[in-house]
Amino acid sequence: MKTVKTATMGGRIVEPGSAMKFETGDWRSHKPVLERDMCIDCLTCWIYCPDDSVLVKDGKMGGFRYTHCKGCGICARACPKKAITMVEEDE
Amino acid sequence: MTGNLGINGDSAVALAWKQVDPDVCAAYPITPQTIIVERFSDYVADGEVETEFVCTESEHSAMTVCIASASAGARTVTATASAGLAYMWETLGIASGLRVPLTMTVANRALSGPLNIHCDHSDVMAARDLGWIIMFAENVQEAYDNAIMAMRIAEHPDVQLPVMTNLDGFILTHAIERMTPLDSHTVKDFVGEYKPLYPLLDVKNPVTHGVMDLQDSYFEHRYQVNQAMKASANVIEQVFKEFGKISGRHYDMIETYMCDDADYVTLTIGSTAGTMKAAVDELRAEGHKVGAVKLKVMRPFPAQKLRDVMAGKKCVAVMDRHLIVGVSGPVFLEVAADLMDLPDCPKLVNYVYGLGGRDVMVEDLKQVYMNMMNDKQDKVNYLGVKL
Repeated sequence: MKTVKTATMGGRIVEPGSAMKFETGDWRSHKPVLERDMCIDCLTCWIYCPDDSVLVKDGKMGGFRYTHCKGCGICARACPKKAITMVEEDE
Repeated sequence: MTGNLGINGDSAVALAWKQVDPDVCAAYPITPQTIIVERFSDYVADGEVETEFVCTESEHSAMTVCIASASAGARTVTATASAGLAYMWETLGIASGLRVPLTMTVANRALSGPLNIHCDHSDVMAARDLGWIIMFAENVQEAYDNAIMAMRIAEHPDVQLPVMTNLDGFILTHAIERMTPLDSHTVKDFVGEYKPLYPLLDVKNPVTHGVMDLQDSYFEHRYQVNQAMKASANVIEQVFKEFGKISGRHYDMIETYMCDDADYVTLTIGSTAGTMKAAVDELRAEGHKVGAVKLKVMRPFPAQKLRDVMAGKKCVAVMDRHLIVGVSGPVFLEVAADLMDLPDCPKLVNYVYGLGGRDVMVEDLKQVYMNMMNDKQDKVNYLGVKL
């Protein structure tokens, strides 16, 4: 919790990479779900993801970082094989 | 440079900047500030300073460039007036909220409309709530001195707030007065090398400025601005003290004139404070116990200093060169709020005067004291309006 004593002057962020600590996953109403069989590991989704939420393992599509994915759906739209589907969170 | 100069207020501010040689100046010309930027751009063109001079397309852009350059770590100056200050409005709050220690000189001019280019304080008063330190000048000498001292105040680690130094349009900006500048080495030593906190150009220590600040922390950051503003009072007094040592000119956040035994006191901002002293002199010669207070620093508001001077007086007239339409002058409200819980609170009255450059003579100001002594006045009075 930020207090008057701990908040940085002018709200500056003085620690690089601290966005990792700010989990935006709970903003999501729809989550991307990968159909592994249809994926060709072209990583188009990884290129397009604005939040660095597509995980890559050994050069292959490795699922999503749901702690930070806001559910924008850009990956699903960009996927050339329609291997990503946006599913409502409460389904 | 030593000895006296005959110089107008705008040129004196430009001279102060030349002696400081700031890193960046971004500005847009507007009467009656124009001479400051014109003279300074001469210095840039003639190679007398190393300043990066940015001609912007508007005041909004000018302030935006200033915020960016100061955030990058550059000592930054600008100047404006009236509608130009109004056009900067939203960025003024960003400068203070992001804790950007730039300095700006404002040549006070009426806000339109109807269109007017002459002096009143409607420009600065409309910007008084935005977290800037605000200083005023009574004369050309003070306009020059303030421009130099402002940098030390803004850049102090306990402050880190923008500072606005005001001088009355035309009355000080364009009138030639005798002024004693400091020599350039003394000025440079006084302001010292600028050591920015968290500059964007420090690539070894990457920082982000200007991020989203929502319900969980915006309030805390505004509270910090309030703390810094209050803490700036000590810094201002310290800078005034140090400046006194190098210049022989000793300032305080308020200046009192014959107040000790006075029953009737006025509070004035800017060049009229000088005229007020002349009125006090004449009335004192006639045996009246009158005094005058000049408010040199309005933000932070020197509340305790005013209480100490005003307590026990019979009547205090607050002179406002701006009218909050439908209410009164703004300084009156602040003084009233400051003094209201004094057990011996004086009677408080307000005089709105000099709007749009309406001349204010010694006789007019003597009338204010006569009204106080005869108690023939309203709570809010309009001095010099032709009814």
